[in-house]
Amino acid sequence: MSKIPLTSISKPTKGAVGFTGFWRSFKPVIDQSKCVHCLQCWLYCPEGAIRRIGENLLNVEVDYEYCKGCGICANECPVKAIQMVLEE
Amino acid sequence: MTIKIKDLPLKEYLLPGNASCPGCPAALGLRMLGKALEGKFILVVPACCSTIIQGAFPKTSANFPILNIAFAASAATAAGVAAGLEMQGVEDVQVVVWAGDGGTADIGLQALSGVAERGDNIIYICYDNEAYMNTGIQRSGATPYGAWTTTTWTGKREFKKDIPMIMAAHKIPYVATACVSYPLDFIAKIRKAAKIKGTKYIHLLAPCPPGWRFPSDKTIEIGRLAVLTGMWALYEIENGIFKLTGPSIALIDKAKRKPIKEYIKLQGRFAKMTDEDIEKLQKYIDMQWEYYKMLLESSKIKSEGKLP
Amino acid sequence: MVLSEVLTGNYAVAYAAKMARVQVIAAYPITPQTTIVEKLAQFVESGELNAKYIRVESEHSAMAACIGAAATGARAFTATASHGLLYMSEMVWWAGMGRYPIVMAVVTRAIGPPWSIWTEHNDVLAHRDSGWIIFFAEDNQEVFDLTVQAFRIAENEKVLQPVMVTLDAFILSHTAAPVLMPDQNQVDEFLPPPGSRKLPYRLDPNNPITHGNLTYPDYFMELRYEIMRAMENAKQVIIDTGRKYGEMTGRYYDGLIEKYKCSNAKAIIIAMGSSAGDAKEAADLLRDEGYEVGVIKMRTIRPFPFEELRETCRNAKIIGVVDRNYSYGFGGIIHGEVKSALNGLKITVQNFIAGLGGRDITVNDFINMGKKLIEMADKGLGEQPPIWINLKKEVIP
Repeated sequence: MSKIPLTSISKPTKGAVGFTGFWRSFKPVIDQSKCVHCLQCWLYCPEGAIRRIGENLLNVEVDYEYCKGCGICANECPVKAIQMVLEE
Repeated sequence: MTIKIKDLPLKEYLLPGNASCPGCPAALGLRMLGKALEGKFILVVPACCSTIIQGAFPKTSANFPILNIAFAASAATAAGVAAGLEMQGVEDVQVVVWAGDGGTADIGLQALSGVAERGDNIIYICYDNEAYMNTGIQRSGATPYGAWTTTTWTGKREFKKDIPMIMAAHKIPYVATACVSYPLDFIAKIRKAAKIKGTKYIHLLAPCPPGWRFPSDKTIEIGRLAVLTGMWALYEIENGIFKLTGPSIALIDKAKRKPIKEYIKLQGRFAKMTDEDIEKLQKYIDMQWEYYKMLLESSKIKSEGKLP
Repeated sequence: MVLSEVLTGNYAVAYAAKMARVQVIAAYPITPQTTIVEKLAQFVESGELNAKYIRVESEHSAMAACIGAAATGARAFTATASHGLLYMSEMVWWAGMGRYPIVMAVVTRAIGPPWSIWTEHNDVLAHRDSGWIIFFAEDNQEVFDLTVQAFRIAENEKVLQPVMVTLDAFILSHTAAPVLMPDQNQVDEFLPPPGSRKLPYRLDPNNPITHGNLTYPDYFMELRYEIMRAMENAKQVIIDTGRKYGEMTGRYYDGLIEKYKCSNAKAIIIAMGSSAGDAKEAADLLRDEGYEVGVIKMRTIRPFPFEELRETCRNAKIIGVVDRNYSYGFGGIIHGEVKSALNGLKITVQNFIAGLGGRDITVNDFINMGKKLIEMADKGLGEQPPIWINLKKEVIP
């Protein structure tokens, strides 16, 4: 930061506390073949670390830079397409 | 008008890489709030977990304006923001308070009551993780009976303060309860509130993994059980007419409610509760639902215009 | 066109706030400020003042609402006294440290227990560290003039700090005196239109920013340094504003202190608030009797007028600071500050404690103080412990 603003005002920044992907011990791995495109994982991710991609934005992928590994997506997936895998 | 997941805006208003715990319901709630109002709001945040979730100066995780303010002051501050906007002719920006249960039920209750009595044009959302989580899980007025906290090591002896009903007693145009496990219901309620002039209050149940002592992947599951056991009811009181929403509608029939034990046993904070304690709490919840039955009856009479 | 009205100090505040076109008022009644908020409510309800009046349920909420309004760029105003000021203390600090340019009138009143509704300065002085610019008014004319100027000073881009205009309980707040007021067009020219001085960091969804989130030690000091600089800038801004005000009305306020007959004074009495007028009258009478006494009126105590004080006092032999307050375990507050300002100069600085709980400080009292100071100077006596004026020694065990 070059100069401080007049008072304590902060600007919107992705990764405000860094790459929170480093927090996790387990990471979600999506088996795309099982995915039914219900978007529950995208809806319930508290971090917004699941991205909607593809032609109709109905495919999902994990943003591993920020995913904290909470496991909610795996727990909520109705077809158990997501596994929590131990990080190396 | 039901909202579909696909129709929710893609844009993230709470940016990832924020300071929330893994599995945090407050972060999820804020994410949903952003999508509900598409960033067209000013958020007033008193001291609470969400203060920290933003991250540290000079960065913030919020893609909407936030006025951080002292613990007890959020409701009154929001009233000031609303007045300032009105005087400058700004009409399309909502003023929303995002406060924890501490800043609502306890230290912030006076200012909130004042706002409700005056009918200041704000949406007040209390995200309720049932303790002073930000300072290390101390009990609040909203902590339920039997819960362990760092100031109630043997379990809280008092019952949960019923803030939504206190707000309804102020006769404000809109009071609602919600739960992070039912985000579309929550978003619908926010959008409805945004269309109403006056004081609107939404109470969001927010199960907290470190505070309630459950693994971080169970946040949504526990919130769902809170509703399905009847520990938490989803309802709206619009101009004095009470109605249940979502899965709570069917639960007016006790047979359809799961026993609260299913909810209790998944949380470490209730580990020390005896069977007697659980029975006491079950009776308390059943009584609460009798009260909801009464409200439904009187609301039916009111809406049919058959007041005595 | 100049308007002349016989107004109480409280009404002078209300008229000034009305002419300044405040946009949001949030206030809670407390004796002796009540007639300020009552008058403003009348102005708003009659349509004379286009503002939102938030009838808050406590002073803490009053300042919170003002901060909320100021954060959107609106012109906000409140008024309080004593216990009300203490109740809003946390938010007074929030406004000062958050740099929200709010204007507040404080009717100085003693703090209980026991309950007292009469004047004393401890309530205001307890907030002197909070980043607020603080004025003490001598009479109702000053109350009006300072309140109008306060908005221009607060909203100046080199300052952006809140401003407190204080007036003594009952002596000024409830006593009517003639007040000359400029007309609305003049005030509109003197002050920027409200809300138009867009606060550089105002809340706007089109430019999302967060106010006041957590700040680690690596940036906190720099933010405070900025406030320190703003207060230093305020010194010149206050003087420039006072000069501009003088050009408009003929009443110049171009100094943080008012100097009265100080140029060849052997003894100078320092007073503030309503008693400054009596001090000046005493100085006249003393001068008639040959005592070389001058008076400094502390109009501004924050930012503290170090340079002006040293400059004015350097040739005097003795200074008497009259404190209508006390810091228990220390002494008079202003005495302590003046003494530190004059450190190094070979001048005795004597403390007088007077008027606590609203006890009158008469012209006679000032005459006696003046004579005492001259006596001390002539005899080469050093500083004595604080002298409590008119204390009923006989009832003290």
